[in-house]
Amino acid sequence: MDLTYFFELLLGGLTRGSIYALLALGYTMVYGIIQLINFAHGEIYMIGAFTALIVIGVLTFTGMNGIAIILIAIVVAMVFSTGYGFTMEKLAYKPLRRAPRLSALISAIGMSMFLQNYVLLAQTPDFLPFPNLLPKIARLEQAESLMNSSQFTILVTTAGVMIILTFLIKFTKIGKAMRATSQDKTMAMLSGININKVISFTFVVGSATAALGGVLISSHTGQINYYIGFIAGIKAFVAAVLGGIGSIPGAVLGSLVLGWTESFGTGYISSDYEDVFAFIFLIAILIFKPSGILGKTSAGDKV
Amino acid sequence: MSESNCILDTRALTMDFGGLRAVDAMNLKVCEGEIVALIGPNGAGKTTFFNCVTGMLKPSLGTIVITMPDGQEKEIQGKRPNVVTNYGLARTFQNIRLFQNLTVLENVMIGRHTRMKAGILGAVLRNKATKEEEERVIYESYEYLKKLHLEQHVNELAKNLPYGAQRRLEIARAMATEPFLLLLDEPAAGMNPQETRELDNLIVKIRDTEKITILLIEHDMNLVMSLSERIYVMDYGKLIAQGTPEEIKHHPEVIKAYLGEEVDA
Amino acid sequence: MSNVSTEIKPTSFLSFKELKKSLFTAVWFMILTLPIMVIKVNTIENTVEWHWNRMVFVGLLIFFGSWGWRYLLARREMGPRPRKAESERKRFNLTAILMERKQVRTPTIIILAVMVIVFPFISSMYQTNIMITALNYIILGLGLNIVIGLGGMLHLGYIAFYAVGAYSYALLNYHFGVSFWLALPIGAGLSAIFGILLAIPVLRLRGDYLAIVTLGFGEIVRIILENWNDFSFGPSGIANIPRPGLFGIDFSLPQVTTFIYFIMIGLVVFTIFLMIRLENSRLGRAWVAMREDEVASRAMGIDIRKNKLTAFSLGAVWAGMAGVVFASKTTFINPASFTIWESVMVLSIVVLGGMGSIIGIIIAALIMILLPEYLRAFSEFRMLLFGFLLVAMMVFRPGGLVPAKRKVYTFPQEEAGNE
Repeated sequence: MDLTYFFELLLGGLTRGSIYALLALGYTMVYGIIQLINFAHGEIYMIGAFTALIVIGVLTFTGMNGIAIILIAIVVAMVFSTGYGFTMEKLAYKPLRRAPRLSALISAIGMSMFLQNYVLLAQTPDFLPFPNLLPKIARLEQAESLMNSSQFTILVTTAGVMIILTFLIKFTKIGKAMRATSQDKTMAMLSGININKVISFTFVVGSATAALGGVLISSHTGQINYYIGFIAGIKAFVAAVLGGIGSIPGAVLGSLVLGWTESFGTGYISSDYEDVFAFIFLIAILIFKPSGILGKTSAGDKV
Repeated sequence: MSESNCILDTRALTMDFGGLRAVDAMNLKVCEGEIVALIGPNGAGKTTFFNCVTGMLKPSLGTIVITMPDGQEKEIQGKRPNVVTNYGLARTFQNIRLFQNLTVLENVMIGRHTRMKAGILGAVLRNKATKEEEERVIYESYEYLKKLHLEQHVNELAKNLPYGAQRRLEIARAMATEPFLLLLDEPAAGMNPQETRELDNLIVKIRDTEKITILLIEHDMNLVMSLSERIYVMDYGKLIAQGTPEEIKHHPEVIKAYLGEEVDA
Repeated sequence: MSNVSTEIKPTSFLSFKELKKSLFTAVWFMILTLPIMVIKVNTIENTVEWHWNRMVFVGLLIFFGSWGWRYLLARREMGPRPRKAESERKRFNLTAILMERKQVRTPTIIILAVMVIVFPFISSMYQTNIMITALNYIILGLGLNIVIGLGGMLHLGYIAFYAVGAYSYALLNYHFGVSFWLALPIGAGLSAIFGILLAIPVLRLRGDYLAIVTLGFGEIVRIILENWNDFSFGPSGIANIPRPGLFGIDFSLPQVTTFIYFIMIGLVVFTIFLMIRLENSRLGRAWVAMREDEVASRAMGIDIRKNKLTAFSLGAVWAGMAGVVFASKTTFINPASFTIWESVMVLSIVVLGGMGSIIGIIIAALIMILLPEYLRAFSEFRMLLFGFLLVAMMVFRPGGLVPAKRKVYTFPQEEAGNE
């Protein structure tokens, strides 16, 4: 076996996994709090990427330095995506909190379809090139085939986000409120937690990480269109389920496992069936270990 | 109360959830024609016990033996709920679980499901047998509604019924499966005293005229003491006492478990 | 919520406070949509276009839209109107009048039948073709209704079975010269088998996982069709699929279109007939019970696994048949016709019409297919609107345009007492 090729795939899978992780976090947090698969989460990621591209497009004319541009783009993308996530929850999910799950799911699909077509109509149906303005690290350029600068940036950023989020949930007041809400909404409410605020906050944090992911991956792949969010979103969801939905470390682990599966699958078997690997993997996991790798086994349906 | 006509017999029935033992080596017997109550403080494991018996949960240990009216004995632990219902055990739920958007009659008709035969072909071709079966089921279901005084609601959606009527509909639906043993999980919960009294009469009537044995979980002590012939008391998953209402009332363990709750009638 | 019986009037929303709220929402959306709506960058030619007029448009739309949204929300919060109003409404319910009164029902059916029969002869081939498409979606909608409307399972890969049907005919015809009429049952049968194949792994899954797995299944089928060139001819698809024939008669193109139209009408009538029978059968009730409460239906002795299998495979049968007709009508198929958005389209039809409501689904399919065809300006926005409609329907009218009604049974004893 060619060892260099193997390491290439290993690191490629790691990058892929880190990207999925940034998205999977949003899924898992929202699911943990309101037990909803937010189908439109991938769309937030896509909107983040588009917003960043627009900012970059405008700022390029000012002749600003590349690093400054990408930093501003990331911040603006995160701010606007957060706005979209927040608004989406208020419009499409909040009125359905007491409705059957099927209703909320259908609403989420509708939202996803709406946002995709909104960007398609307002912007373009075609692929747009996305400039790579991520910092170049001279030392890495020599080992280009193993890992390039943008891959490195993605890895570092994901790790940073993970640490910040874990801290946020474990040690801050709002984090405690989030954990309480995911355990028992009624009890949380009775102990004075503002559920609406907690849910909004979850959407805000999830959207911000999705937007960050959107900018990073688009810089890495070099092109975007209105459809990138959907498949990425579905895969991130697969990763979240894989790791055990509702669990943050699970989302990261699941993402890495999925990243490697795809990387090795496409590397050693066939690149045409990239998405098929992800789905078959998901089906297998759901059949054999429905609670995911790190998921809690529930005490059964309360009857 | 001889051994021979014992129709439900759980032996050392145990249910673990992770590290928590919700039901701990429960031995419980119900004999033909009895009304037996299972009582205990909240979280004692009563509903979990019911779930094990009706197949909703797979017990970790122990056996559940039923004796069907034809004398056949069967071990039913771990069997799926629809199989258990088919054998002749039916239940109601603590937090009412009706088919909300179906009519009252349809709820009962679904109860008749296991006692019907029509398959896809029957439904599509609607041959004579299917038609007759369908008509019979409509008629029978209506009869069940009458028994529980629900006939005036026949075409209403289940969710629009008053609370007490919803509880009765659950019983009607369970009876429609033609059980020999009916398990009622807090049938009087949320009812006012008058409704509870009516329910008391109704349950006795079901036992006497329909020949259905009854095992019930209940918190309303007045109802338990007046209705049941024998009582089992659970606490922390364990059986702590059993006997006649009179014996239970003065049982020190029971008084301790309820600690301040009124046990006298 | 206090139980006031007075209705909320739209006019009570004309206060200054409401105006301020609308204004605030409008400004919020104008800012939110600023980058994507207003600025259009082209990174290939390095140009930036500004469309400030769109911002004004968004502002106005949201200003009035949010007012309507809040009015509807407030009305929803009031809960269902009191009983009396409901029974009164029943009297004006068109479908109730049409279906329940014999002296109205028979003439209506006759008029409808005449209209349906005459239609292809008085309209152009183009219009007949559109109508065929609409009829095809009616069949798809009614088939999916078994799974979603009755069974309560969110199935997002339904179009895969449509693809199975279409490819069955195309490939069987290409390799073995199988005719349309033989392919119809074969396609339906193969779809049913695929339905069972999909159902087996998902039997134990919870509702939301089921949605993702079915979605994955649909995508797997499409990706395989796209990449397995030796089998399915890849993205270029299969052309020259023969149209349906009849005892070797040579039809001209308009004639064969009319012929397909009648085949579709036949299939739709057949489907409706079966659906009505299924709905009020032991099986249909078991499906609905499963949708309403899975735990309770198990306690009632219903075998959930068997139930799900029948729902999935029966639902697939209709998609398979629709697929065969689709292939024969377009004479060309490729994987692009079977994307997830087609599944969502059929889902929208079921949701818009009313889950479990046969009449509703028929009306919704006609609206959703015919409207964009005849209002060209609107067709560009149709997916956008459908997405919005899915959300709005779930929030304000989860029962759909024509909510499904439960069958009413009458008994001799109560006829005197009840209305």
